[in-house]
Amino acid sequence: MSRETTSFVYVNYIRSTREKVFEAITRPELARRYWGHENVSDWQVGSGWQHVRDNDERTVELVGEVVEIAPPSRLVMTWANASQADNSDAYSRVTFDIEDYNDMVKLTVSHDELEAGSGMAKGVSKGWPAVLSSLKSFLETGSGLDIINKS
Amino acid sequence: MQLNTCIIGFMTNATEPMDTDKVFKALGDPTRRRLLDLLAERNGQTLGQLCENLDMARQSATQHLGILEDANLISTVKRGREKLHFINPVPLHGVYVRWVQKFEQHRLALLHDLKQELEGD
Repeated sequence: MSRETTSFVYVNYIRSTREKVFEAITRPELARRYWGHENVSDWQVGSGWQHVRDNDERTVELVGEVVEIAPPSRLVMTWANASQADNSDAYSRVTFDIEDYNDMVKLTVSHDELEAGSGMAKGVSKGWPAVLSSLKSFLETGSGLDIINKS
Repeated sequence: MQLNTCIIGFMTNATEPMDTDKVFKALGDPTRRRLLDLLAERNGQTLGQLCENLDMARQSATQHLGILEDANLISTVKRGREKLHFINPVPLHGVYVRWVQKFEQHRLALLHDLKQELEGD
């Protein structure tokens, strides 16, 4: 593994509870309302997960494995394009850390082991701020931002 | 020490942790914008790495980074003995949605109406 990797660390403060944030990430019927996608898994360590677009085709866009799960405070999973599922080098790692912060929740999303300059690195650097803003809006106001093209 | 002070200040002002005022104030300084540019070029740098590209003392840079972190425009992670700084564009996205996107939509709607009128639908 000599490839050069890059990381992103995103922090968002949300007026909500750790449980609600955790469920918003892991429960498909919630994730689709602000992400336009669902994260589908049985959420056991070692199980697979799929990132499924909430459209008629139900396209599986990302796949990976649940590495660590400790509701409602931590979730670690690997992450790759579904088209590169067989290439072990294509997998990056996403960590959700959810902490209480006074009357709010501090959500830290770390995306590590991304191949520097790759399409995935560019994509997630645009995607996460939008998804996290929409998540915040969803949990605080009941509706996400209209940021994900659902067509 | 400066960072600690900022973190305490941050906690006492926790009713508005993503205060838009803080975002705009943090952006209203060329050094801090330069720091964000440096992190956009290469994410996850240490204070020392950032200072190599700035003509200023570490202490001043630390103060600027504290203001950026207070506005949640950067996040920091300790890896071993190093403290790495990451650009955190989440608040900027909120600014974009509120102050840019909706005006773009208005403009696009005007263009759409103009096109319909000129083409006679």
